[in-house]
Parts: sequence; structure tokens; C-alpha cells
Amino acid sequence: MIISRQKDKRELLHHLDGKHKLFLVGCGACATACKAGGEDELFQMQEWLALHQREVTGSLVIEEACHIMRAARDLRQHRVAVEEADALLVLTCGAGVQSISSNTEKRVIGALDSLFLGNVRRLGQYEEKCSLCGDCILNETAGICPVTTCAKGLLNGPCGGMEEGRCEADRERDCAWLLIYQRLTRQGRRGVFARVVPNKDWSRRHQPGKHRV
Amino acid sequence: MSQLSEKLAAGEFVVTAEIAPPKGVSLEQELSLAQTLAPLVTAINVTDNQGANLRMAPLAAAALLRQRGIEPILQMTCRDRNRMALQSDLLAAAALGIENLLLLSGDHPRFGDHPQARPVFDLDSVQLLQAARTLMAGEDLSGRPLQSSPVFFAGAAVAPEAEPFELMMQKVHKKAASGARFFQTQAGFREAPLLRFMEEAKPLGVPVILGVLLLKNARMARYLNDHIPGVRVPEEIIARLESAADPLALGIELARDLVALARRHCQGVHLMTLGCEDRIPRILC
Repeated sequence: MIISRQKDKRELLHHLDGKHKLFLVGCGACATACKAGGEDELFQMQEWLALHQREVTGSLVIEEACHIMRAARDLRQHRVAVEEADALLVLTCGAGVQSISSNTEKRVIGALDSLFLGNVRRLGQYEEKCSLCGDCILNETAGICPVTTCAKGLLNGPCGGMEEGRCEADRERDCAWLLIYQRLTRQGRRGVFARVVPNKDWSRRHQPGKHRV
Repeated sequence: MSQLSEKLAAGEFVVTAEIAPPKGVSLEQELSLAQTLAPLVTAINVTDNQGANLRMAPLAAAALLRQRGIEPILQMTCRDRNRMALQSDLLAAAALGIENLLLLSGDHPRFGDHPQARPVFDLDSVQLLQAARTLMAGEDLSGRPLQSSPVFFAGAAVAPEAEPFELMMQKVHKKAASGARFFQTQAGFREAPLLRFMEEAKPLGVPVILGVLLLKNARMARYLNDHIPGVRVPEEIIARLESAADPLALGIELARDLVALARRHCQGVHLMTLGCEDRIPRILC
């Protein structure tokens, strides 16, 4: 899921300058799980806005805000409240914000920062494991992604900063290459250590990305 | 042919030192330091935004050394440039008569003076070694022919004391297989890990230049442990520096012992004397 967190309230206040009436949008999927843009957070946002003399014309939690057509349909059902607002305050990831902005000419204010594609350890504890690079070498790295979990995204083993198996960039973390090496060793195979991994093909990460099945 | 490659091929013990380009535009101080070092060493490394701190590009400093008849080892890291910029700088280096390279991943920007910078690492150090080799063979990384090809003597860094040892060695093997013609080691202070490394590295046939860092006092040793990735000064040495009447004299003695160790087991030493270059003759004697 996409991990997001609410922007600093001072920053948000700056974006709200001159906007008195707001329509709130949340997301029932990732932003809800991140406690950043679900029903509860919309309610708290409404209270905070009231403290700052802002009026909320209505609110809506879209099941999956990244769904462009669904966002359009849901917004249509709240046409009057949306029309009445000076701006839409959107508590979703950046993808959700753009579903909304592609469906209205109103000013759209994003209230969250999107952090990464995250795996869930438990609710509230998220870890980045995949960076969607389009050129996956997990089959050679015992299912641990160095592109994402090595601080430098190295492909051929640890850097000179590894110390006692810890990462140069964060001594609290195990070096990703240590974990890869240990698991490959337990599996009795050499994997990525059997060859020099060639230069990464970044062209496989299509930007702007589009995929049709 | 670079002197460094000739001497190593002839089995001669080499001495290298290093200078860091200035954080500014005047190279006077660095060049005069290099002039002082020149008679004592085979070649001088020129560091590349070391510790992820912004400085003048080492290409300029290395070219100026070359102009003054001093042989440089151009350090190049993968942190700040993508594969096009790296290849383009490699070609420029060759055009400026720079042959020796030390190809590195580079410290993470998090440590330096631009922690907000986007780290590149488009290639890793192994792939950069291959890039240099590919250019030497007359092609770029896309397989397109060059109009003329460079000649390099490319080396790589190794950290003999890194643990786990077997994991670190995997990368050393890849570096050798990718065209590393010499290794310069991270500063080491202990004999046992070095001997273990030399034993494992011997079959690769790549000469090893031992990194010897002059410790000036206990405070500096602690700073290295806390801030320089991959450098570990043993507590026992820190304690000795702390109680020494003349810590610098002790540091020189320790460095001399390491040079003696290198003469027995390695093919050269890389001296990091950090402002005490006048002590190099004492360290080498």
C-alpha cells in the first residue's frame, strides 16, 4: 500500500490561506490504514479547521481514491457541497489527489505527503521493500531487494561502509547485503554473487508509467 | 604507462598519498603540498567530494598535478553522476593524460554538507570498473564505438577489516573480475585481519596497497570511529594514545609499524597523514 502522513499543520495553514469553505476528501484504502486520511482523520481535520475559522461544506471518503472513474462518480454525488466550497482539501496519497484534480476545476489542496510503497509489519508499522523500478532481481537476491533496502541501491554487494554487517547510512539497520548473503547461504546457493550484475536498465521503469492489461 | 602500474608490475614497493581538492577555486595550497609529497611517493590520490562534502572536481586537480610532472590517481565515485557523466569524465581524464583511477561507490550524501542531495548510484563500483574497461576496449556502455579509446590503470578500494569477512570478499572477487588492477585498502590498524585478507586475496593476483593513517591523538581516533565509515581504531590503541606523553610520536611509531607490516605482506602503502606530511620520511624509514 502507499504509505502517507499528514503534512505539518503550519504548512497546511499556509495552503489554506484565503480559502474559507472546504470540501474534504479521504481514502478508504491506504490513507485510512495509515491513519492519515480515513473517517477519523476527516473528522479531526474538520474540528481543526473549525478552530481556524474554516467551514466544511461536506466530506467524502472514496473507497480507493486512486480509482480515477470512481473518484469522478463519488464527487458527482456531492456536486452541491463541492460547488459551494472554495477548495477541496484532499487527505489521500498523491495518486488520490490527482484523481480528484483530474475531475474538478476547483482548487485542490493535498493534506498528506506520500512516503513510499509499503509493506505492513503490523497496522501502523510500515516498511519499504519495493521501489517499483521495473527491473526486478529478487530471484537472485533471495527475495530481498537491494535496489530498495540498500541505502545506495547497489547491485553487486555491500559498499565499503558496511561495518559488523551494519549499514553505513544507518548503523541501526542491518546491511541489506548481509541479509541477502545470509539467506542465500542458508539456501545453499550463490545467487547474485555468482555473476557481476550488469548496469541497471532504468528504461524499464517507464516514466510516465502506463500499463494496460 | 603510469609509473604506478610499472612499479607494481616490477614488484617494487609503492607509496601513495592523497590530497583533497579545495572547497574553493585556488589550488595553490594543495599543489604545494603535492610538490612536497612528490619525491616521497609514486603517485598521489585526488579525492572526489570526499565524505560527501562538496569540493572542486578532482579532475581539475589531477590534471594540474599531471602538468607539473606529478602522477595522480584520480578517484571517482558513483554518488554524484550517472553513467553518462561518469563515462564522459573518464574520457576527459584520459584526454588530460590521467591514467590511474580509483573507482569507488562513494559515501552516502547523508554524511556530508549536502544531505538533501539526491544520491545517484546509477552504477556501483564494480560496474564503474567495467565501464572503464569497456571504454578501453573502444566502446561506450551502450556498445557504440568510440573514435579513440582511453588507456587506464584502474584500481578499487577494499576494506580488509569489514565483517562479515566472507561477504566483503564476494565483492572483492567481483572487483578483480571486473578489471581492478590494484587495491587500495581502507585504513587498517590490526595485523590479524590484514593477514587473513592477504591470504584470501593472493589468488586474485591483484597488488594490495595498505591504507596507513597517521593517528595524531585519541580525540582524532574517536572521531574516525564515529564519523568515517569503515574505519575502526581499536580501543587498545586509543587508550595508548590517551596516556602517551607525546601522542603524535606514538602515532608515527604506529604508522611505521604498519608500513613495516605492509613491506612484509603487501605491495605498497597509501599514507594518510592529514596535515603532517613533513613526518612522512619518519614513517617510511
